[in-house]
Amino acid sequence: MTDLSLSKGDADAAALEQASEARAAHGAGVAYADGEDHDHTLTNTGISNPKLAMWVFLGSECLLFGGLISTFLLYKRNNLAGGPTPQELYDIELTSISSFVLLMSSLTMVLAVSAIQRGEHQRLRLWLVTTAILGAVFISGQVYEFQVFVKEGMGFTTNSASSAFFALTGFHGVHVTLGIVMLLSAVMMSLRGRIPQARAEAVEIVGLYWHFVDVVWVLIFTIVYLIP
Amino acid sequence: MTDTASPTASDPSAPAAVAMHHDTHDDDHGHASDTLYIQIAIGLAVLTAMEVAWPYVTDGLLDTDGPILMIPLLIVMAIKFVIIAAFFMHLKFDSKVLTRVFYSGLLLAVGVYVAALGTFRIF
Repeated sequence: MTDLSLSKGDADAAALEQASEARAAHGAGVAYADGEDHDHTLTNTGISNPKLAMWVFLGSECLLFGGLISTFLLYKRNNLAGGPTPQELYDIELTSISSFVLLMSSLTMVLAVSAIQRGEHQRLRLWLVTTAILGAVFISGQVYEFQVFVKEGMGFTTNSASSAFFALTGFHGVHVTLGIVMLLSAVMMSLRGRIPQARAEAVEIVGLYWHFVDVVWVLIFTIVYLIP
Repeated sequence: MTDTASPTASDPSAPAAVAMHHDTHDDDHGHASDTLYIQIAIGLAVLTAMEVAWPYVTDGLLDTDGPILMIPLLIVMAIKFVIIAAFFMHLKFDSKVLTRVFYSGLLLAVGVYVAALGTFRIF
């Protein structure tokens, strides 16, 4: 990253002109007298707008999943309408492999962020594609699990427990799918040269979303699958 | 976002945002090495294996109805959560504001569960 030190001393017309150009390029935030093209605008916290927005969004997502996990915990034994409960049908071996795959996708994602921070575009694309593939493997496992459950007689509307289970894991699956779309979009942008090293934060923000999806699965795997 | 005052050459006092900008940029590049990320991932995989093995290991050896099975699983889950958030999501290296934002959401989520549980059990 470039040195962000502000010029001191007497006002220099050229420096001020550069500063206003930099400001115009940003659209908002702090303009620097060095005229450098900093890769993001700042909030008054010193954190860039997109990054802070993503973290606020993830904080709100905690509430969404908190609600879904709470609902599952309250209804997990409720099969008054008949049919099996999810606990009777779990395939822990399959889910363990899926969990491992998603955990490894977090590693490949963080390696992608490291690669772009070093300006290694080929490696960035390699790790992003690997992450997307691992995410797709996870989703495939979930689709397989769902269709086995349906075959065993536990559909979305079979009983309260199954509704809560499918709502929770289904929402997580949708999040993973959106993450894959974001990853592939980042790959396309990188191929078009729209993710220079200076914009590494864009990849980091996609990474934040992906890690959040992983961290939510850490909770779901333990609370839903492992605790009887 | 609102526009903040532009520091000029005649204004030697930089706003807080600029000072913090230095910090966050230093932090941005204070991320862990790839080797450490790989070691963390291996550690997480081992913890996951331990989680999966725990019910089988304790089966028949302990009375696994309730806390004996649950508490170790919840502790390992919390450790995994914190490790991913701290290292993979860079909370350890980034501004503390982000940590507060994220964990506030998590705390509210726990509050949602407690409120729902209270509603079901009390009312």
